[in-house]
Amino acid sequence: MAFKQVSSPHAHAAQNTSQVMKLVLLATIPGLAALTWQFGWGSFINVVLASVTAVVCEAAIVQMRGRSISFYLNDYSAVVTAVLLGLALPPLAPWWVVVVGTVFSIIVAKQLYGGLGYNPFNPAMVGYVVLLISFPIQMTTWVAPLALLPAGTAHPGLIESLQIVFAGYSPADGVTGATPLDVFKHSSGLLVDQVYDREPLFNQAMFAGAGWEWVNLGFLLGGIILLSQRIFTWHGPVGMLGALALMSILFWDSGSSSSPGSPLMHLFSGASMMGAFFILTDPVSSAVSNRGRLIFGALIGVLVYVIRAWGNYPDAVAFAVLLANFAAPFIDNYTLPRTYGHTDRRRATEKEED
Amino acid sequence: MSRTWVTPGGVHPPENKHQSVTLPIGQLPIPEKLVIPLSQHIGAPATPCVEMGQQVLKGQVIAQAVGMVSIPMHAPSSGIISAIEHRPIAHSSGMLAPCIEITTDGADTWIEHQGISDYEHISPRKLLEMVGNAGISGMGGAGFPSAVKLNPGRQRPIDTLIVNATECEPYITADDSAIRERAGEIVEGIKILSAILDHPTNIMIGIEDNKPEAIAALAPHVEDSGISVVVFPTKYPSGGEKQLIYILTGKELPAGKLPADEGMVCINIGTTFAIKRAVIDGEPLISRVTTVTGDAVGTPRNYDTLIGTPVRHLLEHNQFDEQAGGRVVMGGPMMGFTLPSADVPIVKTTNCILAPSYAEIPDDEPAQPCIRCGMCAEACPVSLLPQQLFWYAQAEEHDRLEAHNLFDCIECGACSYVCPSNIPLVQYYRAAKGDIRQAREEKVKSDHARDRFEFHKERIEQAEREKEAKRAARREATQQAKADHLAATANGTATPAPASGSGTGTAAPSAAPSSSAADIIAAAQARAAAKQANPEDQRAKLERTIASAEQRLKMAEEKLAEAVNSDNGKQDKLSAAVENTRQKLEQSKSKLAELAE
Repeated sequence: MAFKQVSSPHAHAAQNTSQVMKLVLLATIPGLAALTWQFGWGSFINVVLASVTAVVCEAAIVQMRGRSISFYLNDYSAVVTAVLLGLALPPLAPWWVVVVGTVFSIIVAKQLYGGLGYNPFNPAMVGYVVLLISFPIQMTTWVAPLALLPAGTAHPGLIESLQIVFAGYSPADGVTGATPLDVFKHSSGLLVDQVYDREPLFNQAMFAGAGWEWVNLGFLLGGIILLSQRIFTWHGPVGMLGALALMSILFWDSGSSSSPGSPLMHLFSGASMMGAFFILTDPVSSAVSNRGRLIFGALIGVLVYVIRAWGNYPDAVAFAVLLANFAAPFIDNYTLPRTYGHTDRRRATEKEED
Repeated sequence: MSRTWVTPGGVHPPENKHQSVTLPIGQLPIPEKLVIPLSQHIGAPATPCVEMGQQVLKGQVIAQAVGMVSIPMHAPSSGIISAIEHRPIAHSSGMLAPCIEITTDGADTWIEHQGISDYEHISPRKLLEMVGNAGISGMGGAGFPSAVKLNPGRQRPIDTLIVNATECEPYITADDSAIRERAGEIVEGIKILSAILDHPTNIMIGIEDNKPEAIAALAPHVEDSGISVVVFPTKYPSGGEKQLIYILTGKELPAGKLPADEGMVCINIGTTFAIKRAVIDGEPLISRVTTVTGDAVGTPRNYDTLIGTPVRHLLEHNQFDEQAGGRVVMGGPMMGFTLPSADVPIVKTTNCILAPSYAEIPDDEPAQPCIRCGMCAEACPVSLLPQQLFWYAQAEEHDRLEAHNLFDCIECGACSYVCPSNIPLVQYYRAAKGDIRQAREEKVKSDHARDRFEFHKERIEQAEREKEAKRAARREATQQAKADHLAATANGTATPAPASGSGTGTAAPSAAPSSSAADIIAAAQARAAAKQANPEDQRAKLERTIASAEQRLKMAEEKLAEAVNSDNGKQDKLSAAVENTRQKLEQSKSKLAELAE
C-alpha cells in the first residue's frame, strides 16, 4: 500500500474565493435596486456593460499571458471590479465612458500589475478617476432623483435609456440635475437651514438628500450583510464612517453659511456608504492588520471630508481611496499585531525585538 | 466553575468525533511482527541492548536511554529479535530510521515486574526514575521525555499542573475514550504527578465541552482531591500547550520560555495513565490508545494498540478500503502527516490513524491568488499575519519573516483551513523556517571560517614581522661590524687587541637574535616535555581520541551495513575504512593501557 503524500492541514473550510466574490456581488443588489428605483435604468445598464467589457478584457489578457481562462474568470474578481465601477458611474453616461473606464480598470490597474492579488490600487477607483479627469462633463452629469422630476415626466424607460447610452439621444429636460454634494459646494452665502428650505433636493428628502439617502441605505444594508458573513471585519468601514462623522461634527459650524454640511448628509450622500463597505474593503489594496485597516479607513474618512469641504471636487471617495492605497504599505509597517508571548508590537522591518 | 480565558482566532472544523466512540476501546490480535523505532521522542535515540535472535519477554528493555534527554524502549510483547535495521518510520519526510523488529511468539509472556502502591512515601527522585525507566515520553504531540519535563532541577517550584485533555483535533477520540473507561487510573496518575512535583497548589484538567461523557466520568474521581476539571468551549486549536495555558490561567507563555520557567507543567492526559501504570503496576509504556477512523475504514473505533504495531495491521483488521481514499494520516486532519506506506509502526505519540474517503477529504484544489482577505489573520491563534508571512515566504525575505514572528507559528493549520484561495500556507512557513535555520547554520559556519582565516593571516603577518625584525637586526650588526673594521684599519696602529675587539663587536649584536631563537626553541621543547610529563593530559587526549574513533567506527559500520544492503560498489572501500578506523582505535587503546601501567 502506497499513499498520497500531502502536507497538513488536510481539512479545508468549504468557502472559496469565487464564493466570496459572488457574495460581494449579491450584496450590491440593494444598492443597485435603490439606484434603479431612484435614478432609472442608467446604473443597471452601466453595470451590465461594464461587466461584459471586464470579462472580455480579463479573458484577453489571461489568454495573452498563457494562463487558463476558465480558472481565472471563475474567481469573479473582474466582474466585482466592473460592477463597482458601473455603480459609481453616473447613470445614462455614454457607453464609451463605461467601456474606457472598465478597460483601464481591468487592463492597466489590475492585469498589468500581475492580476488579482497584485494590484496596489483599487482598480475600480483607478478607472473612475481616469474618467473623472478625462471627461469631467460626462462624469458630473447626474440624473435627477425620482422625487425631483418635473411633474408629468418619468425616468426614461429601458429602451429609451439604451438609446441615450448607445445612440447619443439626449434625455428629456429636467431628467438631469445636481447632487446634494454639488448643491452644498455651490451654495456659499446661504445658511444651512436656508439651503435645506430652498433646495428641493433637501426639502423633498427624509434626512440627507432626496434619492441619495436611499442609495446609501441600500449599500449600508449590503455592507451589513457582508459583515455578518465575515467577508471583512468592521475596522475599515467603521474607521472611515467614524472619521467622516467626526470631521463633519467638528466642522459643522452650527450650520453657518460656510458650513460644509451636516454629518447625516455627509454619511448618506454621494459614495459614502458604497465607499465604506464596497470600495475600501477591497483587501488587495488596503492595509492588512485590523488596526491597520482602522487607520486606513480613518484616513479615507478624513480625506473624503477634506476634499469635499475644501477641495475642488464635490465627492472624493475615489481620490481618498487611491491616496490611502499609497499609504497602505506605510501603515502596515507600523501596525503589526502583538503576537502571543511577546510584550510589544514589532515593526515590519525590525528583526530584533527591543 | 473556574474562570477561563478566550484565545484569539481559532476555527471550528466539523468535529467528526462521534463515529469512533460508539464502541469501547478494542483489543487487536498481537501482530506477527512489531517494529520499534529507537527514536520516538525528542532527544537522543535509544541504543539497542539486545542481539539478533535473542528471546525477549514482554516489557523487557530492548534499547537503553542515552544521555539525559532520552528514553529506553521495551518489548511490547514476547518474541524473538528478528532485525535491528533501518525501517520507514512515522515521519512526515517518509525517512528511514533505526528500528528493532520483534517476531512475536503469541504467548505474550510478561517479564517479572512490580510496582509500588504507596507512592506517597517514595521520594520524588525515585518516582521520576520509575517514570524514566518506563520509557514514558509525552503522548500528546512532540514526545518530550516525561522524566525530564518533571525533573525538579529547575529555577522555581511548580505551582500549576495542567493536564491536557483538550483533544481539539477533529476525529481523534483516543483521550476521550481513555478518560471514559480509565478515569480512576488517570486521576491516580495525576496524584502521582502531584507527588513528583511536590504538590502544586493548582491542579487542573483542561477539557473541551464536546466531551460530556468524559467530564462526567472524571467527576467522581476528582471529588475532594484538589484537582479541578475545567471545561471550556470547543475551538481548534485550544489543545496547543501555549493556548491551553492561556485558556486556563490567562497568562501567556513568554516567547522562548518553557512552562516550567513560569512555574507550570503541562502534560497530556494519556501520559498520566502511562505514569500510573509505570509506578503502581510497574509496567513500562508498551501500548497506547489509538483512534482508527475515517470513512475508508469499516468500523471507526479506538484500540489499545501495542507500540510497534504496523499501521497495516490496524487497517487490515478494520476493513480498510484502499480505493475509497487517497491518503492515510497519522494524527488528525489539521496537524497530522500523511504516511508513505502502511508499514510504518505505531509509536508512543500516535493518537490517531485517519483514513478519510475522497468525499471527506478531497484532493486539494489548485491554489488561487492571495487576495489578502485576512481570514487567515482572523483564524490565527497567536495573532500573526499569515497573509504577509505568505508574501514574504514566497519572496524569501527572511528578515521580514522574522520581524513578522514566523517562529511563533505553531503550524496549527487554522490559516490554511480558512483560506478561500486554497493556499497551503503552513507548507510555505515550514519551508521558510527550514531555510532560515539552514541560513543561520551556514552563517555560523562561515563566521567560523572567516575567524579562522583572519587568525591565520594575523599569524603569518606576525611571523613575517618577526623575521623582518631579525633581518633588520642582522643588517645593523653587519654594518656595525663593517664600521668597526673600517675604523680599526683607519687607525693604522693595529694591535692584536682591536681584532678581538672587532670580534666581540660582531659577536655581541648577532648573539641577540640567535639567543632569542634559542629561547623559542627551548620554550617549545619545554612545552613538549611538559606535555610528555603530564600523564593526565596525555590520558585525556587519548581518551578523546578513542571516543571519537569509536564514534567514527560506529558510523563507518552503519554505512557499511547500508552498503551491504543496497549495492556492492562501495562495499570494499567502506570495509577498508572500517578496518582502518578499528586499527587506529586499537592503537589508541593500547597506548592508553601502557599509560595506565
